[in-house]
Amino acid sequence: MATSNLKHALFCAIITLVVSYPILGFNLVSQGTSVGLEGANPTTVTAVFLAALAVFLFQLFRDQIMSGLGRVPKPALPTTRNMSDATRVRMQNLIILFVVIGAAIWPFLASRGSVDLATLVLIYVMLALGLNVVVGLAGLLDLGYVAFYAVGAYTFALLSQYFGISFWVALPTGALLAALFGLALGFPVLRLRGDYLAIVTLGFGEIIRILLNNWTSLTGGPNGIGGIPDPTLFGMEFGRRVKEEGNISFHDFFGIAYDSTHKIIFLYLIALVLAVMTFFAIRRLMQMPVGRSWEALREDEIAARSLGLSRTGVKLSAFTIGAFFAGFAGTVFASKQGFISPESFVFLESAIILAIVVLGGMGSQFGVILAAIAVTILPELAREFSEYRMLIFGAAMVLMMVWRPQGLLPMRRIHIHLDKPE
Amino acid sequence: MLDAYFLQQLINGLTIGSAYALIAIGYTMVYGIIGMINFAHGEIYMIGAYTALIAITGLAALGVAFLPIVLLVALICAVIVSSSAGWAVERIAYRPVRGRHRLIPLISAIGMSIFLQNYVHLAQGSRNMGFPLLIEGGFRFGAEGDFQTSISYIQITIFITTLICMAGLSWFIAKSRTGRACRAVSQDLGMSSLLGIDTNRIIAATFVIGAALAAVAGLLLGMYYGSIDPLFGFIAGLKAFTAAVLGGIGSIPGAMLGGLILGVSESMTSGYLSGEYKDVVSFGLLILILLFKPTGLLGKPEVEKI
Amino acid sequence: MLEVRELSMRFGGLLAVDQVSLDVQEHEIVSIIGPNGAGKTTVFNCMSGFYKPTGGKILFGDKEIQGTPDYKISRLGLVRTFQHVRLFNRMTVVENLLVAQHRHLNTNLLAGLFKTPGYRKKEQKSLDRAAYWLKRVGLLDLANRDAGNLAYGQQRRLEIARCMVTEPKLLMLDEPAAGLNPAETRELNQLIISLKEDYNVSVVLIEHDMSLVMEISDRINVINQGRPLAKGTPDEIRHNDDVIKAYLGEA
Repeated sequence: MATSNLKHALFCAIITLVVSYPILGFNLVSQGTSVGLEGANPTTVTAVFLAALAVFLFQLFRDQIMSGLGRVPKPALPTTRNMSDATRVRMQNLIILFVVIGAAIWPFLASRGSVDLATLVLIYVMLALGLNVVVGLAGLLDLGYVAFYAVGAYTFALLSQYFGISFWVALPTGALLAALFGLALGFPVLRLRGDYLAIVTLGFGEIIRILLNNWTSLTGGPNGIGGIPDPTLFGMEFGRRVKEEGNISFHDFFGIAYDSTHKIIFLYLIALVLAVMTFFAIRRLMQMPVGRSWEALREDEIAARSLGLSRTGVKLSAFTIGAFFAGFAGTVFASKQGFISPESFVFLESAIILAIVVLGGMGSQFGVILAAIAVTILPELAREFSEYRMLIFGAAMVLMMVWRPQGLLPMRRIHIHLDKPE
Repeated sequence: MLDAYFLQQLINGLTIGSAYALIAIGYTMVYGIIGMINFAHGEIYMIGAYTALIAITGLAALGVAFLPIVLLVALICAVIVSSSAGWAVERIAYRPVRGRHRLIPLISAIGMSIFLQNYVHLAQGSRNMGFPLLIEGGFRFGAEGDFQTSISYIQITIFITTLICMAGLSWFIAKSRTGRACRAVSQDLGMSSLLGIDTNRIIAATFVIGAALAAVAGLLLGMYYGSIDPLFGFIAGLKAFTAAVLGGIGSIPGAMLGGLILGVSESMTSGYLSGEYKDVVSFGLLILILLFKPTGLLGKPEVEKI
Repeated sequence: MLEVRELSMRFGGLLAVDQVSLDVQEHEIVSIIGPNGAGKTTVFNCMSGFYKPTGGKILFGDKEIQGTPDYKISRLGLVRTFQHVRLFNRMTVVENLLVAQHRHLNTNLLAGLFKTPGYRKKEQKSLDRAAYWLKRVGLLDLANRDAGNLAYGQQRRLEIARCMVTEPKLLMLDEPAAGLNPAETRELNQLIISLKEDYNVSVVLIEHDMSLVMEISDRINVINQGRPLAKGTPDEIRHNDDVIKAYLGEA
């Protein structure tokens, strides 16, 4: 046993070296048209050897380490288990209420930059909640989710450019159009098995991006579309000067000095309201027959069919509803940026949203919201780490699947009270 | 209709297509055995290309210029590094989640793909690197002044290498002990392990073989395209997967056929429409095939097990 | 009420079911028995719409249903269980029963989102029906447990309850006694008879447990190697030479 362990540990260490040394130990440098080679700095090389050593030691003492880890008591999570269910639900609602009120007051105290970032966080919250329906509840791996986000954003951009349509008209239009796209794309592909579906949605996402990039006459191609209007509040504009005839500007109406943060805060509040709406709408859906059938299909498709659930119908509803919320988020995003281009809708974006759902806990709304906040804010806080962001996301996705596939804050089943039958 | 320009597109398509086929083997074999899409396979191919480039530049720095030696060393390095990476990926990201709910290995694979992409990105930068065309020259035919069809030596190399690899692989699967075990495991994993086949070993072997072939493709396509960057595995991986599905996933001749069809339709799109839309065409092809003939051209129909 | 006429199912070169006929009348328990691999489950899969038979007819009432999609068949009132229990494991016991009643709760999305009184009423009804059946199969106290955490015998009963909340006309049970201990099998016996007697549901049963089959079946169909071998009452089957031969092998 010991010798086979030693052999295996040695093998693993060598593999570590082979995989990391050539890539990390040498740096390719462009020299005009040709390429030169430099040795990496000694710290990197030392790190590579240390990593190999660590792998060796871990594999050698694997059994001991694993059994040691098993003995470490699991950190006791605060449980609400002994609370009655009615109390828990009431507590939960109270907490949500406080958080929402806090979130609504906060922008008036915070800096302009952080409010802007918070708006982005809320957009990601919407996206992640929407994707959570598709991936977490219905169990459909959609890798092209960003396409629906793009549909929402481009709907607003194009409608405002060509027809001068305002944010408030574009918001439902964008979401409905995204949903329609979801329906149209979903209809043919949802018959496919899970892994095929993943790759086909990925393909669709790429196709949409390529089309946006190349249909220059309509979308401006890689240059994107600018001049997307800000939302208005009952016809009041937030710019210094009124752009549209008949409108009045916000600061004139209230007789206060012009401040560009008004607009930022207003957008943030819109995003907050939409995110909260998304949250409650989906929470409600989860307790409705449609939401239960999503989960049923995820758990056992054959059993679901045998009970009269139409596979296509159920999947389509999840796909469409997920797309709808992505369209919402897209419209807000377009309005926040004032400018959009295909670059904002690459596969990486889909991967980030997926990472949020997976890390938070598939199906768990609270988990997904927390993960959206963490994933968007952490790279901003630790800027020196921001280039490692995707590396860490990738690794985290693997580790989560291996060790904790239910996510950081796993989904909790809702307790259903039954009256005792006579 | 068989004019010189058409012929040129056909040749270009067959070249690219045969390289796709080499990558597609990795998808098709892994899918055949454990029924999952190895999303990180494109990255394994990209790592192969990078290793080959590092080896080539390193040898040039050392003053080794004899072409066969350079190619051979680059090939060996690429194959070793990629195979090791393939083995490690299976060990770290797939084996622990094997047999869990089908979403879990898939997400793990995507995570691995993102990780490897950014690993190379961080180590080697995001800029694309010029890849020296070691096999230069070729020959042209057709009337002077008209459009001349040309075949370069690198195209011939790619095509022939692919044929050799495919033949070798087919022989290996058909005749060798490991190959027989591979077939048994892909028929019935549980039964094979009851019969004393070390299924873990066979699955690992599948990953290693797929990775090695991807590394060969990495070297060849690196030279053919003339530059590489950390993202170049991702799209190539998708293309190769499309090829595998097109031909019928699980089938090795299918991968070859699918690769060639895909390569040709892509180069025809580039040649007659626009290079921008070639990805659209290949994704479109993938979607159509999955919708209308999900078993691919040479795949066997699956019966749903209830 | 159900009639299967000369049903055949071919997979590639393999003829799994060859000209099997059977019929089920109202208020009747009919069993299909036969050695392993005889094609019993394939017959079930054709009847429940999972496979499209390559030959023959299936009549439900006077409607031909061969080749009708699975989910539509179950909506007609033909519901089945599976040889290996198929529950929605990560959903609670009561949720399993609510999923099955989606048809009874088929209101539009907005009514549900805003909890209209009409929606609430229907929801309460399906909760009551779920509670009734949970009590009937003795799982009421476990209503909020994850279905995947139940003991095997409980899972079997839950699967039957899940079928019953859809208010089927015909219930198809695929080896319901597999893996149960003798006490549980006896309970199951009672349950199946009660489904017929008290709820007026006809039952088609695939089963290996001969004591169960002989005790509760009104009629029995024997299939061997995909072909019909014999049919009749339990007594007739018990004394049929062909059946004895098929089960014991030729001596």
